[in-house]
Amino acid sequence: MNNQPILEVKNLKVNFDVSSEGDMPWTKAKKLQAVNDISFSLSAGETLGVVGESGCGKSTLARAIVKMVPAEAGEVIWLGNDLLGLSHSETRPYRKQIQMIFQDPLASLNPRMNIGEIIAEPLRTHYPKTPEADVQARVIDVMNKVGLLDNLMNRYPHEFSGGQCQRIGIARALILKPKLIICDEPVSALDVSIQAQVVNLLMDLQEEMKLALIFIAHDLSVVKHISTKIMVLYLGNMVELAKSDDIYKSPSHPYTQALISAVPIPDPNVEKNKDLILIEGDLPSPINPPSGCVFRTRCQKAQEVCALEKPEFKGIAQDHSVACHFHD
Amino acid sequence: MSLIDVKNLKVEFETADGIVSAVNNVNFSMDEGKILAIVGESGSGKSQTVFGMTGLLDHNGSATGSVKFEGKEILNLSNQKLNQIRAEKIAMIFQDPMTSLNPYVRVSEQMTEVLIHHQGVSKSDALKQSISMLDAVRIPDASNRIRMYPHEFSGGMRQRVMIAMSLLCHPKLLIADEPTTALDVTVQAQIMKLLADLQKDFGMSIILITHDLGVVAGSSDDMLVMYGGEIMEIGKTENIYASPTHPYTQGLMSAVPRLDDSEERLVTIPGNPPNMMKAPEGCPFAPRCNYSIDKCNSESPILVKASNDDHFRACHVSKEKIL
Amino acid sequence: MIVANKGKIKTMAENLSESGPGRSLWKDARMRFIQNKAATISLFILLSIVLFSFIGPYFAVWSYEQIDWNAMGSAARVGMPSIESGHYFGTDDLGRDLYSRVIQGTQISLMVGVLGATVAVIVGTLYGATSGYLGGKTDQIMMRIVDILMSIPYMFVLILLLVVFGRSIGMLFIGIGLLSWLDMSRIVRGQTLNLKNKEFIEAARVTGVSDFKIITRHIVPNLLGIVAVYATLLVPGIILAESFISFLGLGVQEPSTSWGALIKEGAGTISYDTEWQLLFPLAFFVVSLFCFYFIGDGLRDALDPKER
Repeated sequence: MNNQPILEVKNLKVNFDVSSEGDMPWTKAKKLQAVNDISFSLSAGETLGVVGESGCGKSTLARAIVKMVPAEAGEVIWLGNDLLGLSHSETRPYRKQIQMIFQDPLASLNPRMNIGEIIAEPLRTHYPKTPEADVQARVIDVMNKVGLLDNLMNRYPHEFSGGQCQRIGIARALILKPKLIICDEPVSALDVSIQAQVVNLLMDLQEEMKLALIFIAHDLSVVKHISTKIMVLYLGNMVELAKSDDIYKSPSHPYTQALISAVPIPDPNVEKNKDLILIEGDLPSPINPPSGCVFRTRCQKAQEVCALEKPEFKGIAQDHSVACHFHD
Repeated sequence: MSLIDVKNLKVEFETADGIVSAVNNVNFSMDEGKILAIVGESGSGKSQTVFGMTGLLDHNGSATGSVKFEGKEILNLSNQKLNQIRAEKIAMIFQDPMTSLNPYVRVSEQMTEVLIHHQGVSKSDALKQSISMLDAVRIPDASNRIRMYPHEFSGGMRQRVMIAMSLLCHPKLLIADEPTTALDVTVQAQIMKLLADLQKDFGMSIILITHDLGVVAGSSDDMLVMYGGEIMEIGKTENIYASPTHPYTQGLMSAVPRLDDSEERLVTIPGNPPNMMKAPEGCPFAPRCNYSIDKCNSESPILVKASNDDHFRACHVSKEKIL
Repeated sequence: MIVANKGKIKTMAENLSESGPGRSLWKDARMRFIQNKAATISLFILLSIVLFSFIGPYFAVWSYEQIDWNAMGSAARVGMPSIESGHYFGTDDLGRDLYSRVIQGTQISLMVGVLGATVAVIVGTLYGATSGYLGGKTDQIMMRIVDILMSIPYMFVLILLLVVFGRSIGMLFIGIGLLSWLDMSRIVRGQTLNLKNKEFIEAARVTGVSDFKIITRHIVPNLLGIVAVYATLLVPGIILAESFISFLGLGVQEPSTSWGALIKEGAGTISYDTEWQLLFPLAFFVVSLFCFYFIGDGLRDALDPKER
């Protein structure tokens, strides 16, 4: 496999301003650290899984990469160019190469447009001079690719089931032949039997088109199935990054361990006899994150140093990094 | 005697486009002190089965058949009687706790109201009981937190409050409709553990409605697999996981990626869930089934014994062919 | 490889077995609207009234400004509705033919209503959609402007305008049009804020669709439902406003007339046994307003079935 990364993210930081009620217009807004110091790289044909609980910043990370939310600091290097430094119009050509699919399959399709129009929109946006016949041909081509009959082109989103809507979303993402698709919880809203269809479809397409994927989900089993490497996020911080098998077999961060132990295994013999590592307490507020290690307030291993010093995100084995003072 | 006994339950909805039958010929019974999981995908009728049983259907829905609770018929009782049963004997919790919590009223008031109203307990006693119930669902600092408003709790804590509220009257049966679907896995694990502990402490029965086969495996004694409004398979959880005898159950089991296993490719069930507006004749799963024979498209299979221990399946194709 | 199994795809498409073009949301809405009897009947009546106001003049014997000297001053005795005299609806106090005048009033009132609403809808939709979509400071400023304009008493300004610049239909039209887009823009802005966070808008932005195209292709079409509903409710509002102004005697200039002016005249002479002078314009006025409200209601139910 070509090891030259197509996407490199370096020390990406995203802050949100939060104003509380009763603030005067001139009051300085509080900063919410949504994404803090995230770095990774991704090569063609690879899949990076991003897991974490709600509020961990995984969706924000995705949106920061495609510049839907402004980044505070850091670099997003796409094929050698730092996207964050580019202006709105300079970014446009790169938008062809990075596409996104979304969580709610129906909500991601304009209800007033028919399927053909929806799928063709990216093509019409970037190549407005394409003759109509070619557009149609391309639409039919991608529809077949994702397993939709092309005679459904004139139908409207509300006439489709969730799984089919997600296929339409994937077809729209594919029509420009992108190099990277960011999947933001693409299967969370789907039924189990449909989930598998969509996961298989994504994996097939990836192989066929040498796509790189960023696969964001909260379901660790699905992520592990599809990903080459997995990043675990907690409160906007990377806590662990490793090959997907390693994450499962030798999780090193206490949070990753708890996360893995919490995933239910569909086998009564395993599930009823396993030792559950429960994390106590609630997620701390991202406006006022704990000092030092962000996980220390709920960590069983936490000691004094964890409150004082933020653990460095460092490699502990090949392709395996973790941010913990007392990792296993 | 079984705690609840459902016979030929049918739930239908009258809509602008005609009558939709959401639940068809559902038969099952459950014993006291058990956890029964009803598993199915969206549109399988799993929630409507329970709503039909407890008289919580939308106004355009109707249920027929028979539902015996502690030996007494409760299907289509008057609202007043059903309310009393629901308050005292059958409690329910839902996926989104905010649907049953009033955002403008303190938790303390919402909890004590139930006791004062239904059991005539004095206000101070009711408060004491409420606090101890919050303790029981492991909400730290319960005596102070009880004065908070629902939105001040996190998602997981809110679900705990909901559970505490539903347990105040010490119900015989707790119906949990996707109680952890909206929660993160780590919180889900906490809540499922809590439910299992409470079930033992209070000696109640639980009907757990879910689509998550992992949750079912971890927490239920018996399970019931539904598809297209009909029961496909019913039996002891261990038995069904060990040897699913229905093509749908089999497909479902192999479609879920497992964390402790690295399969190259997921097995999928082709096609889409049935459109209940025009449910197919015969077996609802037939159009997506790899084993289907001609009979499947014309005749609806009935539940027959699959093995010795209360394991039933609804399939025309013989068990040996599928296993 | 993926399309290896055509048969499998066929099964997937099974739920959508009917062929032909899909049912768009508009088609669905039309069907629901037609099923709503009150709305369909209202639409029919309203169209008849509009048609009448165009065809009616061909059957008129008298023009709307022509004075029947016979009836002048003795409307109660001579000017009653009759086929023979050609005054189908009778005459007013000056002996002018009420039939022609009601037709004229209908034309003017409906025109003011429809044109006023159109202006309000166009301005309000664009303003609201832009404000909502851009968000941030721009949104703040744009909405504060609306707030300020809203806090000015509407009728007072309108009356002042008419007094200062003279009574004319043009002035009336500008006055009403200028002020009635405010509500529209607020409603549209709220809806836009809602839509903006929908994933399909995000999808378009990720793809690189320009802001202008997002507003015109993705936001506005999804707003049309609520805009259509609001517009049908706005028309009677504007007709009412115009009538009120005319009733005060500040509206349409004589010899032109409108429903409000006719009702005012009719109400003024009711004690002289000329009740038809009030009843004919009033009937048209009331029936039309009811029709608009029923249609608006029907549209709302048709376009937004979940609201019910």
